[in-house]
Amino acid sequence: MEIRLLTIIIVDGLNYAATLFLISVGLTLVYGVLRILNISHGGIYAFGAYLATWLTIKMLGVGLNPYLSYLMLLAGAVIIGLIAGPAIELLLLRRIYGRDMHIQLLLTYSVLLILDDMMKLIWGMQPLIVSEPYTLLGQFSIAQILYSWYQILLIGISVVFGGLLIWLVRGTRFGKLVVAVINDREVSLAMGINVNLIYTVAFTLGALAAALGGAFIAPTIAVVPGFAVEVVVLSFAVIAIGGMGSLEGAALGALIISLARASTIHLFPELELVVVYLIMVVVLAFRPQGLFGEVELRRI
Amino acid sequence: MNFKQYPLIGLVSVAILLASPVLFPSWILFILTKALFMFIAVQGVAVFLRGGMLTFGHALFYATGAYTVGFSAKWFGFREILVLIPLGATVGLIMAALVGFIMARYRGVFFAMLNLAFSMIMYAVLLKFYWVTGGTDGIGAGVATVFGIQFPGSSFRFYYLTLVIAGLVAFGLYRFLDSPLGYFLKALADNEIRIEYSGESTFRVIYVTYILSGVLGGISGVLAAFTIGHIVPEDAFWMQSGEFVFIALLGGFESVFGPFMGAIAFELIQTYASKYFPLAWQMTLGGIMLLIILFQPLGLWGLYEAVTHRFGGRRGASHH
Amino acid sequence: MNDNGLILQTIDLTRFFGMVKAADGINVEIKKGEFVGIVGANGSGKTTFLNLVTGYLKPQHGRILFLGQECTGLSPRSIVKLGLARSFQIPQIYTGLNVLENLLLSMSAQAGKGTAFWKPLHQESWIQEASEILGRFGLDSYIDRPVSVLPEGGRKLLDIALSFALKPSLLLLDEPTSGVSIEDKFKVMDTMVPILKESNITTIFVEHDMDVIHRYSHRVLAFNEGKVIADGLPQSVLDDPEIRKAVLGHE
Repeated sequence: MEIRLLTIIIVDGLNYAATLFLISVGLTLVYGVLRILNISHGGIYAFGAYLATWLTIKMLGVGLNPYLSYLMLLAGAVIIGLIAGPAIELLLLRRIYGRDMHIQLLLTYSVLLILDDMMKLIWGMQPLIVSEPYTLLGQFSIAQILYSWYQILLIGISVVFGGLLIWLVRGTRFGKLVVAVINDREVSLAMGINVNLIYTVAFTLGALAAALGGAFIAPTIAVVPGFAVEVVVLSFAVIAIGGMGSLEGAALGALIISLARASTIHLFPELELVVVYLIMVVVLAFRPQGLFGEVELRRI
Repeated sequence: MNFKQYPLIGLVSVAILLASPVLFPSWILFILTKALFMFIAVQGVAVFLRGGMLTFGHALFYATGAYTVGFSAKWFGFREILVLIPLGATVGLIMAALVGFIMARYRGVFFAMLNLAFSMIMYAVLLKFYWVTGGTDGIGAGVATVFGIQFPGSSFRFYYLTLVIAGLVAFGLYRFLDSPLGYFLKALADNEIRIEYSGESTFRVIYVTYILSGVLGGISGVLAAFTIGHIVPEDAFWMQSGEFVFIALLGGFESVFGPFMGAIAFELIQTYASKYFPLAWQMTLGGIMLLIILFQPLGLWGLYEAVTHRFGGRRGASHH
Repeated sequence: MNDNGLILQTIDLTRFFGMVKAADGINVEIKKGEFVGIVGANGSGKTTFLNLVTGYLKPQHGRILFLGQECTGLSPRSIVKLGLARSFQIPQIYTGLNVLENLLLSMSAQAGKGTAFWKPLHQESWIQEASEILGRFGLDSYIDRPVSVLPEGGRKLLDIALSFALKPSLLLLDEPTSGVSIEDKFKVMDTMVPILKESNITTIFVEHDMDVIHRYSHRVLAFNEGKVIADGLPQSVLDDPEIRKAVLGHE
């Protein structure tokens, strides 16, 4: 394969990986701590994209400095994350801890449906597009192909955010509490750890991650109704491959899927979607816990 | 089982169903037809829920059945439904036998996800290989025929045919639930170790159930294709699977009748809600599901049983 | 099948857990028809031995022969199919079903009809046989009651009845009287032992209660640190002060 094509594939792959990572890391964090697969995650992501885009459009409409748009995107993400996170966890999830998995999945699925329609009701059916944050940073070229600095910003954000989460879990006292709760909820309760608070914080962090991903990916796409749904299964694939509950796994899963997808887009375009789910099946069939996941033991 | 315990409601329901074309306007008849094949599809999910397992990829078999009709109609102009139903069932069986061989080792969230992945592979193939499958445009099913006689999807004849098929499926399900496999499935949720130490294989229990589930999906897909009229890749999409799970919980999955109640309720809600709140019908469904989860997880059938129990319905000691 | 009258034979059976030798080269021969008790302190390896022989654990070294047939490394299911059955310290029963259904499931599995999906589970012939078994185990008054109403002794007996229904030639019982009140211990054993002896089922049972061992076993194996340190008549094994010390922790 010629170098140029390889470069394109690798760069494309890295770009898309950043996107996928931002989408998936929140999902894997929530599963790791709460042991719930949050189907509504895609909805929070889309909501973050909608609010961030809308705020930015309003801001630009008022004539403020376009460089403030990044702040607007961040603001949109933070607002959604800090509202959706606690709201969903406190009002709904808290009531179904310990119940069967299918109940939990259906609950988060219902929340997704509700969020999806909320976005339609608030912002209508027309696409919302804001491209200034993207175009403002300009372009550069590698191997005679044009790329945008915004892509680099995205990669940077995902690296920084991922690093922040890992530091939070590994290097802080809060992180140690989280690990304790993951390992043994009962013992943690007995030790006086406020497990409920940890759950709420963990879920809110996941919601923030989702909203952040949505907000900063928005300038690269057109925000349309229903795009929450596309993202849901893709993020599942990422964390299933990488290992559910593993932050590093989300990064690895995102990389693998993105590179595979980039390769197939340029070489066998029909297989673009198929390859993602094919990899998911292959990994799950041979290593059901994912690449970095832990095996859940059965006791006699 | 249910009809033995509640023979009156059973008789009344069957009578209503038989008389429907006379009692109800055609749009309700259409909903009933849909509910009947949805009932069949949802039972494919319900069987697993009884064993404590969740399948989020049942749309794989549903789409298999639908596209069996699609390809038969498109390439051969063949629409004999009495042949296509067993054919769809068989293709569903083969598909389930292949996929199930990998699936039967798994439980819990991994079972659900792997299932999902397989159905999404099918979705992706149906979508991208458009020169074979018609892509997003899908395939038009045309009108079903029985020995050459036309049975349009919205006709009385088609409704009765669907009713008969659903009735046969229900009968089969009653036998299934009373059979060793039906009980072992319940035992699966209970104690896998004892199953293995009885000399029975949990893999086999799941595998055979998976194949049955595939047959149900295939049959429902064939009926769906002719009822709805067009066959699209979305038939394999994960939200379709989600719909089946939704209905299973809505109607209650422990009984044979529950999914049928759930399917009717779902179709009615979807029809009304999308007509009056086109931007909020999903929200309506989601809201109802939240209410059920939080307040009556046994679904509509559970609600019904609770009400009749209070008024003196008898229940056996056995756990159905 | 050359089995020398031996129903079970383990040769140099070894199993580590990390650094711990839970089974250290165990050589045991059980003849058909024997009634063998196994004693040992917690962690002595007796449960590991049971788990190895029943296929729940795989040995890292050594062989297991059942009726002269190699069955090292086989799954629990395969070993059960060969004629071995087991009961558990915590009764492994189907708590969502009633007593009769529990037994019927065992019987359908034994008949190879576990995945039959057309004929009913509640077949006349099976129900009769199940009622008879439950009668012998003293559980027939609970026949259509949910498992949850069984007293602890009843749950243990049901667990054993489920294994008995598999028509095994060798039965392994893991602490059949643990968790049962002192009055009921002998009741449980007096119910169960004659049934097993009548049907010529070779039985190995792990027990903590020395009285139970004394009264019901012909032969005792004492375990300590993964090894068999004594093998003989209950009197000689249990009255030996060294053995008592190892097994009970005191003279």
